Amino acid sequence: MLQDYIPVLVQLIAVVAVAGGILGASALVGKKRPTREKLSPYECGSVPVGNARERFSISFYLVGMLFILFDVEAVFLYPWAVVYKSLKWFGFIEMFVYIAILLAGYLYLWKKGALDWSR
Amino acid sequence: MMAFQSVDTIRILPEIILSAFAILVMVLEPWVAARKSALGWLSLAGVIAAALATLKTAGSPGLAFGGSVSADGFSLFFVDLFLAIAALCLLGSIHYLERDRVHHGEYYALILLATVGACFMAASTDLIMIFIGLEISSISTYILAGFKRQELASNEASLKYFLLGSFATAFFLYGVALVYGLTGTTNLLRLREQAGGSPGAALAALALILMFVGLAFKVSSAPFQVWTPDVYQGAPAPVTAFLSTAPKAAAFAVLLRIFAGSLAGSGPVSFWVLWISAVLTMTVGNLAAIWQSNVKRLLAYSSIAHAGYVLVGITAGGAEGVSSVLFYLAGYALMNVGAFILVAHLAGRGERRVDVADYTALAAARPSAAALLTVFLVSLAGFPGTVGFFAKFYVFRAAVHAHLIGLVTIALLNSVVSVYYYLKIVVAMYMGEGETGVSAAAMPNALRAAVVLSVAGIFYLGLYPAPLLAALARIPKPGL
Amino acid sequence: MLAIFYMAAAVAVLAAMAVVFQRTPVYSALSLIVVLGALAVVYLLLDAPFIAMIQVIVYAGAIMVLFVLVIMLLNARPEEPTRGSRFAHWLGVPLLIVFLGEFSYLIFRRFPARAAPSAADASPEAIGHLLFRSYVLPFEVTSILIVVAILGAVVLAKKQL
Repeated sequence: MLQDYIPVLVQLIAVVAVAGGILGASALVGKKRPTREKLSPYECGSVPVGNARERFSISFYLVGMLFILFDVEAVFLYPWAVVYKSLKWFGFIEMFVYIAILLAGYLYLWKKGALDWSR
Repeated sequence: MMAFQSVDTIRILPEIILSAFAILVMVLEPWVAARKSALGWLSLAGVIAAALATLKTAGSPGLAFGGSVSADGFSLFFVDLFLAIAALCLLGSIHYLERDRVHHGEYYALILLATVGACFMAASTDLIMIFIGLEISSISTYILAGFKRQELASNEASLKYFLLGSFATAFFLYGVALVYGLTGTTNLLRLREQAGGSPGAALAALALILMFVGLAFKVSSAPFQVWTPDVYQGAPAPVTAFLSTAPKAAAFAVLLRIFAGSLAGSGPVSFWVLWISAVLTMTVGNLAAIWQSNVKRLLAYSSIAHAGYVLVGITAGGAEGVSSVLFYLAGYALMNVGAFILVAHLAGRGERRVDVADYTALAAARPSAAALLTVFLVSLAGFPGTVGFFAKFYVFRAAVHAHLIGLVTIALLNSVVSVYYYLKIVVAMYMGEGETGVSAAAMPNALRAAVVLSVAGIFYLGLYPAPLLAALARIPKPGL
Repeated sequence: MLAIFYMAAAVAVLAAMAVVFQRTPVYSALSLIVVLGALAVVYLLLDAPFIAMIQVIVYAGAIMVLFVLVIMLLNARPEEPTRGSRFAHWLGVPLLIVFLGEFSYLIFRRFPARAAPSAADASPEAIGHLLFRSYVLPFEVTSILIVVAILGAVVLAKKQL
């Protein structure tokens, strides 16, 4: 039951400790030579000040939607992967058909240019 | 190990073929640059292939996939009905899409997929499969309603349909979840076995009501009909032809499976839910239709009223009630699809001419179009000689045999009211004076074929209803 | 066990209320992530680890990305309070309370008597077996549903069709 998740908890604590330790140590003992570029929030050159609420391109939405769809597809792979040995060929064929249908969808998206930002 | 046998795939062969053609159309779409109508004809070929496949399916009836779908006379009737609707809509769409400059192959793929969803709804005997079928058919039609991306009315139709539709689907799913929590199964056949000494009848009634609400939305029965006029008006007219018939009939199939079938043990609650819903739906649809001046909107309210008549048949129940409902749905599909695709053509580019006033003196300018439209309207009103008459007659007779005299009286009064608004258009066409406003373009051949086929069906079933009715009487009804 | 459940449940309810009462859409979306996360903990307590992980990956992860994208797309500003419908106020609220009362009465009355579906069934292996034995058709048909959604995303959201 819940005891099974103690290793996960231990790992979580370890992750926080190690990450915090590294950042803390570099803050304590690292050298600090600030320049103007280094202090700006986005080193890529984005303007940090201004209204964040500007309209975004619809392309973001399309990509987000497609991401979800293939994410859902991947979710089904997991329960299949843990039992596929006992399912033998039957499981393979079923999953093959499933993936093939979605592959057709992917092919359509590709040729249609839906994965192309500018089109 | 439940590796299924090939007979299982034969029992869903029509759905498999339709899906394969839909995927083929989708993949070919980006490759076919110029003549998109080829994809329309390919889709039509898919529908015909699926129709041929139903013959093979009919040869080996029975349950498939561990009892989640059933290939019986009931489901095959609906599959054939959906295929006929899809074929008529495809014929009515090809030139429409070209004319209104929205000719994209996705349209055809979505029509085929919506049909697949409807087929699965009618054929499934498991609530989970029914739900997935419902989602496939609903989501395809949400998209189709908004297919005219440049038009605000179409966008609005899609958004409204989507928001209210997904809400209704959630109700249905909630009901399914309660059924599962109570009984530990979603299989309708197993539920029927358990129904005998079912504990928690009150909770079962709650689950029934929740599922009914979800389906009542899909058939646009009152008080869940509010979305219908806006969506039917805003969606492209051939899409309206489809979504006022196929998903509606599919939801009725599910209602029959659930109410006349597996959960029938719950008695008076479902009876009164159906009775009240039938009365409200007929009355609201007919009374509102009287005031409409937009033809698409008028037909939308008329389709609400027709859902009410179908509910009369479902309330009557029994073998006779179910047969009459199936007959009604077949007749209704012919007249409604025909009327909407004809209106789509007459409305002209951009569907600008959809006012009743635009039909003034149509008979003088375009006698054949006026005559065909008159057949559809007269049949919708239920005049003898057309399928509309016998459809109503059988439903009302079943209700009389079930001693629902009050319900039949209300239904008859409603039919009388409905004559007014159907004839309003006919009168404008034949007796109105002045210039006709509708498009003068000649009817394309594909559309003419679809319209003539529907008219032929209306007269055939209106004059010789006996063969179909006898065939329907032989079909084993779910739960009876 | 029970203590963790109550904590997760309380977090879920409070965050759900925050979703409704927040005026800024992005805050509502972020509160929704908290709700979904808390529900994942509840699923874990019900011994359904697979569902819990799906909850985090699909709902709290992918679907919330879409929510936030749509909020950005619509350029949604903080909601402006309206008068509110009187109808909703005087009829909706009492009806809601009656409905909730009925509902919880029925659920509490009816459910303790029946055993919940066996908790051991929810491991990924069990789900895999169930998916490929009893529910192989729904599984395959789900791919058709995803194809419909792909078409929908392109038809409605692509710049040029």
